[in-house]
Amino acid sequence: MSAVGPVQQTSPTFVGMPKFPYAARSALGNTQQRRNLAHATGVIRAKRAKVVAEVPRWEELRQAGADAKDEVLGHLADYLVQAEEALTRGGAVVHWARDAAEANRIVVDLVKAVGTGEVVKVKSMATQEIELNEALEAEGIHAWETDLAELIVQLGHDRPSHILVPAIHRNRSEIREIFRREMGLVGRPAPDDLTDEPRRLAEAARLHLREKFLRAKVAISGANFLVAETGTLVVVESEGNGRMCLTLPETLISVVGIEKVLPTWQDLGTFLQLLPRSSTGERMNPYTSMWSGVHAGDGPQNVHVVLIDNGRTHVLADPVGREALRCIRCSACLNTCPVYERAGGHAYGSVYPGPIGSILNPQLRGTASEVDRSLPFASTLCGACFEACPMRIDIPKLLVHLRAKVVDAKGRNTAEGRAMAAGAWLFADARRLEKAQKGSVLAGKVLGNRQPPPLPGAMGMWLGARDIPDLPAQTFRQWWNARGSGSTGGQS
Amino acid sequence: MTATPTSAPGLAPAAAADPAYRGRPGAGTTVALFAACYNDTVWPGTPISTVKVLERLGVRVVFPRKQTCCGQIFTNTGYAAEAIPLVRGFVDTFAAFDYVVAPSGSCVGAVREQHHQLAERSGDAGLVREVAAVVPHVYDISEFLVDVLKVTDVGAYFPHRVTYHPTCHSLRVAQVGDRPQQLLRAVRGITVVELPNATECCGFGGTFSVKNPDMSISMASDKARHVRETGAEVLVAGDNMCLMNIGGVLKRQRAGVRIMHLAEILASTEEDPA
Repeated sequence: MSAVGPVQQTSPTFVGMPKFPYAARSALGNTQQRRNLAHATGVIRAKRAKVVAEVPRWEELRQAGADAKDEVLGHLADYLVQAEEALTRGGAVVHWARDAAEANRIVVDLVKAVGTGEVVKVKSMATQEIELNEALEAEGIHAWETDLAELIVQLGHDRPSHILVPAIHRNRSEIREIFRREMGLVGRPAPDDLTDEPRRLAEAARLHLREKFLRAKVAISGANFLVAETGTLVVVESEGNGRMCLTLPETLISVVGIEKVLPTWQDLGTFLQLLPRSSTGERMNPYTSMWSGVHAGDGPQNVHVVLIDNGRTHVLADPVGREALRCIRCSACLNTCPVYERAGGHAYGSVYPGPIGSILNPQLRGTASEVDRSLPFASTLCGACFEACPMRIDIPKLLVHLRAKVVDAKGRNTAEGRAMAAGAWLFADARRLEKAQKGSVLAGKVLGNRQPPPLPGAMGMWLGARDIPDLPAQTFRQWWNARGSGSTGGQS
Repeated sequence: MTATPTSAPGLAPAAAADPAYRGRPGAGTTVALFAACYNDTVWPGTPISTVKVLERLGVRVVFPRKQTCCGQIFTNTGYAAEAIPLVRGFVDTFAAFDYVVAPSGSCVGAVREQHHQLAERSGDAGLVREVAAVVPHVYDISEFLVDVLKVTDVGAYFPHRVTYHPTCHSLRVAQVGDRPQQLLRAVRGITVVELPNATECCGFGGTFSVKNPDMSISMASDKARHVRETGAEVLVAGDNMCLMNIGGVLKRQRAGVRIMHLAEILASTEEDPA
């Protein structure tokens, strides 16, 4: 099927990223990051497993979540119009953006109209995706991240490596160094006697951010959900910084992916059970903020919602691949993935790393780049992600689906394509297989219990780390034929 | 060639003539063995052991010779078009049997999960129907023993310390559950020790291990380390490709741990030890 709607442009940060295996090789050598990630994902995995096991009808809840999302994706245009009408009735102004450039232009113009040189930000994947901070900075507007982990990433001139815990690759002594070095350059400095105790680090961040909250005229957020029925935007968070942003400034701009819509208020109940348990491993997140437009004298008086496509309708056009749009960004798939745990998020070349990134990025951005072509193959298809996904996204199935798309686009006139064609020919007729097996038996007799000589290329790497099994002197077929019952296989 | 019930192809004549054979759990049951292409070629001991266990339980085993491969390696590498003829081959080979048994959770999982997707992709409605008809008859050896024959004690004897790695595809795709452990615990003389982080992937992943060699080695090394932590002398699993990966590391390390397929342990007896 040809692309419907725009394909997302790879943002400047990730243009020219090497393919996953090369990026992963470097990441595997980063011993500090390996240790930090193994510890952090292990802790979250255990917490999630505990609180999910508490819910007697978890599987029904997952199915209800998946069904609600499929209902939205099946009638997306209708629900978006319904959401727009409800938001407008409530006093919000709705903007539509086809891509990142349009969304960034809309937000920059809104901030400029207020006449301020800074904004405070609630943690938001959509604004990371469109690189809004960079667009604002280019216009001389400072965007202050207020989520603790996003603050660490921003102060460290770093990139997020996880959807939920973007500084997961940092440990507390690294964070202390970043705070001491950087905080003073952009506001209230960290205290001279700052230690790496979590309590002291949080206190330093709190004091640093407080003056920004009190000063800001504009806040920018994303949204976890947009209820079409009521025009309600929902943000769930742990720290309360989001609540500060959503209530203190006069102007609130929310950048929301068009797939964030839920049909009804009732559906929200399902998602508020699924999301915290799957993401932070909590029964309920500490802060849940909901707003439906403007309320006179209470909270922001200018409420804007920027609905972005940025490749989503391209994903929607694929009836198999669209399942990826159910994603609620909980990160359960990252935390459970053995590949993510070792590679970290940066190797995926996107703000969406891990298993979900491996199915979202090649669909949102297409497979024109090295990294996007390699992502569907960055998985053993072990299935741990599917098991953990609260939206029942069959990630392994989608990975296989995307692998076929990559191969079809690349063509079969490659070494791999020719090897696969030869294999398919061999397996098309058991008599060919039997002839080929004579070769393997001969090789077994020649090699005995010796290992093969060093080989170049990919097989060489395989053998560089592992011995191969001794080849048998007889195949199963030969054994079966030699059994001497006079029969060679019943119905053949 | 058409088999008749009296000719009992695949059964050693002595076993077929054994009157005790009639009272066994598998008496009157015929199984078509799906050996799996790599077992057939590299690990014949696994399908041979499967035959031995099934025959010991009174099952009549046939081996349809035109079988080759379930197609998973093609499908998972992105070569769906190449896999579709193998799906046709599979249904042609096995459509006539009530029970198709394979010593591989991964191949059984591929048949269950991927064959209908591939059939739909082919646009051949007949193939879709045939796949739907065959798939419910396909079992991993652990499922066939526990669910169909309703046995966990298969009369095996294996006086060794073993640890079991639940392979990802047997656990999450074929979903064999704890059937392999039930079978292992019923083996006489055996000591089964828990494998730390058992459900984590070993890093094989078919062509993943070639396309992402560094990541694959990292995962295989960790799995091998956990195996060594158990002090087991044997690592057992239901998929030989995963065992080749982990076993390849253990063998390189001269770790003193050998790999065995579940079927090989179940086939082991005092008279015919593995």
